[in-house]
Amino acid sequence: MRRIGQYIIFLGALFRNPESFRTYVRLVFDECVYIGWNSILLVTLTSIFIGAVMTLQTAYNIVSPFIPKSVIGLIVRETTISELAPTITAIVFAGKIGSSIAGNLGTMRITEQIDALEVMGINSVSYLVLPKIVASIITYPLLVILAAFLGIFGGYLAAEFTSVVSPADFVQGLKTMFDPYIIAFALIKSVVFAFAISSISAYMGFYTKGGALEVGQASTKAVTMSCIAILMCDFILAKLLLN
Amino acid sequence: MIEISNISKSFDGNTVIEDISAKFEPGKTSLIIGASGSGKSVLLKNMVGLLKPETGAILYNGRDFINGNRDTITDIRREIGMLFQGGALFDSKNVEQNIKFPLDILTKMSEEEKMDRVNFCLQRVKLENTNNKMPSEISGGMQKRVGIARAIVNNSKYLFCDEPNSGLDPQTSIQIDRLLQEITDEFQITTIIVTHDMNSVMEIGEYILFICNSQKLWEGNNQDIIHSGVQELDDFVFANNMMRKFREMS
Repeated sequence: MRRIGQYIIFLGALFRNPESFRTYVRLVFDECVYIGWNSILLVTLTSIFIGAVMTLQTAYNIVSPFIPKSVIGLIVRETTISELAPTITAIVFAGKIGSSIAGNLGTMRITEQIDALEVMGINSVSYLVLPKIVASIITYPLLVILAAFLGIFGGYLAAEFTSVVSPADFVQGLKTMFDPYIIAFALIKSVVFAFAISSISAYMGFYTKGGALEVGQASTKAVTMSCIAILMCDFILAKLLLN
Repeated sequence: MIEISNISKSFDGNTVIEDISAKFEPGKTSLIIGASGSGKSVLLKNMVGLLKPETGAILYNGRDFINGNRDTITDIRREIGMLFQGGALFDSKNVEQNIKFPLDILTKMSEEEKMDRVNFCLQRVKLENTNNKMPSEISGGMQKRVGIARAIVNNSKYLFCDEPNSGLDPQTSIQIDRLLQEITDEFQITTIIVTHDMNSVMEIGEYILFICNSQKLWEGNNQDIIHSGVQELDDFVFANNMMRKFREMS
């Protein structure tokens, strides 16, 4: 409970005594490049393979001759947009960006760089953490959109290069019974996940005490706690938004 | 001038500093000395606002740093420069960006004015032409000097140094000590240095505050310290052979 209270106070400090707007614009831009641009390759690779695997596994599980093969495309589309793109990418994102944020802030803490900011009269939480959270909220939904496209494209490639379903059937399935609401659902999830990953990881790193060992532990905790938070939020959002 | 009165601080019921009062004057290098764990770094952190004392007052030229309003505290903080034990330079920024950082954030100076100030400070700490070096590319002594340049770049009125000589060889330590003393004298800064380096004490100790077992035991200067008559201070000062021989000779 004490840590939850400390986390809430930490979030409150994000908006206390901020620096100039211009300062944040530059910092957010830098973080967008670091967080978003540098994650594109990883997201591309994971999404294509997950989409391809999804096609193969769905085909493997459809054994009844009464179910048309085009259903594979429909299932891949629905699963990729509503679940795989936002949630699996979030776990990958937590592993890459969450650990990086915690490690970065943890190192700054133990080498007194955060103390140096505080002594200068700068709100270190606002200066260091707010740009990371804002950049995550901006870039992560874009990564999810990319992941959704590439996941479906990966499924199409699996159809193209294996004989589990014809590309024509797969595309027909993609076009069947499409409800645009799942895109909104995926984007809402992506914003919540981005906030959870960046804020939890920043919190874990910011309050690191000790030395190099503790920085490593903070990174591990950041990823673990982010993954738990992602799955909890996933359940809550599904219950709230899909009723 | 900085005045501290009756400062106490404890962690989890363990008193780390107790009822410490002192005055630190501008233009003088003031040293807080004591054995490891005596509470000197905690006192320094209280004075710069990284910790909040449980009792007592800290006044910066009469302005209350503990119970003053937010604007007063922010104003005071922006007049403080600090040199940390490890330098605390920002890893992701080069030497020039590290020194310019307080000006970027805290002032509305033009880029040209900032660069003039940065180059002046670099020249002052004898680090010309290192603008583009990263902190990892320079030695420990150079990192300390960059830290000093960053601490004074915003025309700080108060300079705090936490063990500026730790990890440095004796020659570099003396260079850093002299640099701190020169800067203090030149800009009439109130400089407070936490150290347990006896060379520094003898070299630049214009005002010395000795802390032992969480309390202030003695105050004076580097001339008086040899004849203080305080057993704990004698044990600290004359812990090594060189200082004992120096006492016998004097």
